[in-house]
Amino acid sequence: MTLPDIKATCTTLAQQLKQHICDNQIDNPIVVGIHTGGVWVAQHLIDEFELPGPLYSVDISFYRDDFNQKGLNPKVQGSSLPDTIEGRDLILIDDVIMSGRTVRAAINELFDYGRPSSITLACLLDVGQRQLPFQPDACGARLALEANQRIKVKGPSPLSLYLKNSDTES
Amino acid sequence: MMSDPSQLQLAPNGELRHFLTTEGLSKELLESILTKASGFLDSKGDLIAKVPLLRGKSVVNLFFENSTRTRSTFELAATRLSADILNLDIQRSATSKGETLMDTLWNLEAMHADMFVVRHADSGAAHFIAEHVTPNVAIINAGDGRHAHPTQAMLDMLTIQRHKQGIEGKVVAIVGDILHSRVARSQIHALKTLGAAEVRVVGPATLLPKDIEDLGAKAYYDFSLALRDCDVVIMLRLQKERMQNALLPSESEFFRLYGLTSEKLALAKPDAIVMHPGPINRGVEIESAVADGPQSVILKQVGYGIAVRMAVMAMAMSGQRTNQAGPEAPQ
Repeated sequence: MTLPDIKATCTTLAQQLKQHICDNQIDNPIVVGIHTGGVWVAQHLIDEFELPGPLYSVDISFYRDDFNQKGLNPKVQGSSLPDTIEGRDLILIDDVIMSGRTVRAAINELFDYGRPSSITLACLLDVGQRQLPFQPDACGARLALEANQRIKVKGPSPLSLYLKNSDTES
Repeated sequence: MMSDPSQLQLAPNGELRHFLTTEGLSKELLESILTKASGFLDSKGDLIAKVPLLRGKSVVNLFFENSTRTRSTFELAATRLSADILNLDIQRSATSKGETLMDTLWNLEAMHADMFVVRHADSGAAHFIAEHVTPNVAIINAGDGRHAHPTQAMLDMLTIQRHKQGIEGKVVAIVGDILHSRVARSQIHALKTLGAAEVRVVGPATLLPKDIEDLGAKAYYDFSLALRDCDVVIMLRLQKERMQNALLPSESEFFRLYGLTSEKLALAKPDAIVMHPGPINRGVEIESAVADGPQSVILKQVGYGIAVRMAVMAMAMSGQRTNQAGPEAPQ
């Protein structure tokens, strides 16, 4: 399969996100990237597409639901969030959405910091195969993968996409 | 004969599955404990909110020897990981009724405990339990005899890392009753592995074990000399009962020679930090002006202790899981 052009994908994501912010009259949002790929994408949107900074991040290692199967993530980086997110509009950014479990974990973590007014979900790529009911509000491209394929984002700069064949579960 | 503890505490894939001692663990693994512990702290060094990581797991605090403080920090750590915690007053229950240690353990295992946090007056107790416990139950050593107190040592490493920007190249003095201190032993192993330039152990000859230099530390009887160029000064608690065993002339004599005062501290580097595992004996091993002074990080250590215990508990539980396939993040 051919991978989508990274530049065009980022542009689409930025356009859709700006449209969403405008349509929903979101003012002064807090931008949060999900470690690690989501942070790269968010930084790129701030640098190249005037998304408002500063950039915050969540590391979902302690919130994953597959601890019994996969154990602790060996690369814990910690989260960096403002003192309070109470009543604020958040823009949550990830690189790839598939099962939706990462987004579930990230939202759970965010709620431990307060009750945001809203959360907008922006993902560079949507590869389907959802197991939980989460849909991005803005998305750079949608594509269908073979059962044994995974798509990865390489970064932080420049961003690029590559395919990985794996026989591990999603 | 007991198996090699450094092997016993590792899973076949190299992950930590028990935490019994800092001895023999790789630099990479000790650093990984510090990294994960830092993940439980925010940018200001405070603990983050409770996380759901060990939800549904049961942790049993098995303290055969009293220690309210250590037990409480393990309890807080387990609670913040969302595990269920059971404090067993083991001194007053099973063992006093004549039940053997293994019978007690098998009973607790039958209650589906996932982890035992063990404090025992005998050296090697945690190790013995780890050897005999059912697979998939993790053992954390919360202090065994004179042997080891690895979580205390690792919280001290985290304190040095955060307040001195790393451990590599640092000169560290450990002062006081080295002979009876399981903390000192665990600290020396961890400091040497993590690349400290020099580890000095300081105290009267009666309280410095003869073989201590075999661990890679340098023995000093003169406190003033030992303080020179120090980045970190770790004071140990002087247990009053040592006085009765004639190992020391008197408290005041000990304080005169080995007590940390502002004048003495001035001999170390100007930005040196002062640490103490607590509880402190003011006027015996440390002066109040130093304990409460700007170079003291004693109270900071307590919070770091919870983060380190959270990290070790999460890692050991992770190392015990049946499916040992490498973790890969979901998307």
